[in-house]
Amino acid sequence: MSGADQGASADQAPASSTVAPSVASTASLPPRAAPAAVRVASGGWRHDVTGATVVWRRELIRFSRNRLRILTSLAQPILFLFVLGTGMSSLISRGATSGGANFKTFIFPGVVAMTVLFTATFSAVSIVWDREFGFLREMLVAPVRRGALIAGKCAGGATVATLQALIMLAFAGLVGVPYSAVLIFTLIGEMLLAAVAITALGTALASRIAQVESFQVVLQFVVLPLFFLSGALFPLHGLPTWLSVLTRLDPLAYMVDPMRRAVFEHVTKTPVVSQLFGGTMTWGSWHLPIGVELALTAVFAALMLTVAVREFSKTD
Amino acid sequence: MTDPFAIPDATSIKVTGLTRRFGDFEAVRGVSFEVAAGETFGFLGPNGAGKSTTISMLCTLLRPTSGSAQVAGYDVADAPAEVRRRIGLVFQDTTLDDYLTAGENLRFHAELYGVPHTEAARRIHDVLSMVGLWERRDGLVRTFSGGMKRRLEIARGLIHSPRVLFLDEPTIGLDPQTRAHIWSYINELRCREQITMFLTTHYMDEAENCDRIAIIDEGEIVASGTPEALKARVGEDRVQLHTDDDEAAMAALTDRFKLKATMSEGAVTFHVPGGEQFVPRLFTELGVGISSVSIARPTLDDVFMAHTGRTIRDAEASVADRNATSSWRRARARRR
Repeated sequence: MSGADQGASADQAPASSTVAPSVASTASLPPRAAPAAVRVASGGWRHDVTGATVVWRRELIRFSRNRLRILTSLAQPILFLFVLGTGMSSLISRGATSGGANFKTFIFPGVVAMTVLFTATFSAVSIVWDREFGFLREMLVAPVRRGALIAGKCAGGATVATLQALIMLAFAGLVGVPYSAVLIFTLIGEMLLAAVAITALGTALASRIAQVESFQVVLQFVVLPLFFLSGALFPLHGLPTWLSVLTRLDPLAYMVDPMRRAVFEHVTKTPVVSQLFGGTMTWGSWHLPIGVELALTAVFAALMLTVAVREFSKTD
Repeated sequence: MTDPFAIPDATSIKVTGLTRRFGDFEAVRGVSFEVAAGETFGFLGPNGAGKSTTISMLCTLLRPTSGSAQVAGYDVADAPAEVRRRIGLVFQDTTLDDYLTAGENLRFHAELYGVPHTEAARRIHDVLSMVGLWERRDGLVRTFSGGMKRRLEIARGLIHSPRVLFLDEPTIGLDPQTRAHIWSYINELRCREQITMFLTTHYMDEAENCDRIAIIDEGEIVASGTPEALKARVGEDRVQLHTDDDEAAMAALTDRFKLKATMSEGAVTFHVPGGEQFVPRLFTELGVGISSVSIARPTLDDVFMAHTGRTIRDAEASVADRNATSSWRRARARRR
């Protein structure tokens, strides 16, 4: 690897700079070789990419080792989808639907988003555990830029959250959503973007949390409000003003809506269902294009990443 | 060292007036010292004396409030990344990932420090064999004992062949046998790798293993030198008495022998040259019943006492309630 050579030459800098004039004149001397055993990591972006990859891979290893976590993370979305979903469907179908899309179809993208939300948050907040058990220090003292570590962490959290949500996506057929390749790839892309944004948010939060106990606070005051206001479980039109405003302030709402629109493009639906559930995100009378929603999510992700990197780059 | 191009008397660590304040509390107060390349330098002092704070500053994890420190040729405040590339660290608390195997922890570290793939495999084999964990390389770290984890951490600190290895209380919380093992690894390391070692300890007997030590108390270095020189400077033997009336015995020692005695570890303690010749006089002239006597050649504990007026154990007792949070953390570290 050429990076190692760079590092070795950089390493001579302090020694040669102290005796610079004489070294320059005695060019016949072989360059001072570092002692055989000693080597120095190279700097540069290549090494930062390696650093990020290492953190990303660790996240995947930990995820795959923890089968129980994969299973328990499925319980909640499944309850929402099949228990709450079925219960509400039968209530709503009395008034309206027959065949095709129903309430379960409606909350399906919401439940997928929910899986992304919880898995990504959990992954990001595991930084607090890393801090508690010391491993964070092992990473922070490594000669890798903090930004690279955060990038790796977010990529890892996003991958893990997307994988977990993919398992939920497998249930699509049970709620009347077709296994269309276009739909699935669209959803995966949107899930990834949402997962990056949420992991970034979780990482930014984790930078300010010192104790594992505080995770409950994050859950109750950040994650659950984000979830409830996102429109994952109910349509965002025709709400009282206060609730309407709050839902529009929820970044998760702009992640759920594109996923729902993708799903609704691919299902058969009665006019009543379209009218009840088919609405899109609006600001006043403006229907936001999907592109704008995705852009907003990307901006939010970038903002949170910046905050996280800045917080973790601080030295006490 | 056999390296023909090695600079003689190369300084590995150079610290000048290093100070760190936490709010009103001055944890490290203007500490200065130098460590030569290849030397094993020990920081000896009770818990809470400022050892870990000093190490954190040298490792660029804490910013000094004032003063300066150079490690491996670079300033810790101006070029923290350059410093970090050249140092290895073994922390006081475990910093391993429990969910990864021993081998994965080391590979992770090797990659973070940019060790090329083929070299990493060789180094991992070398360091794991050295600490006797090669057979356990595929074992999950959570199944390891405290001693195994510490050995693994020492191995990890060496993967990238650092110039300077920092060991913060490398044997804390371990049983005496494991402590002895760890020290045999550290001593082997001194022979095998040309490496500067900076370690902290509050075990007197361990400090004896260092080439040079600095005794730190309440954030200040009170003495430094080779263990032998420090002990020779104290010179006097330590005598400890259990008596029928400690108050009277201390008063008698002052009156009749002009000796300053203190209560330490529950015994009347004083220092006197030629302790063995002195003790028979005690029985005839003290005038207080003596139930037991012990004489000890000067140890580093006596050096500490000579400079601070108390034993390191007493110093720790008084420090315990000064910093509730960190003592809790240490208690936790010990439990592991």
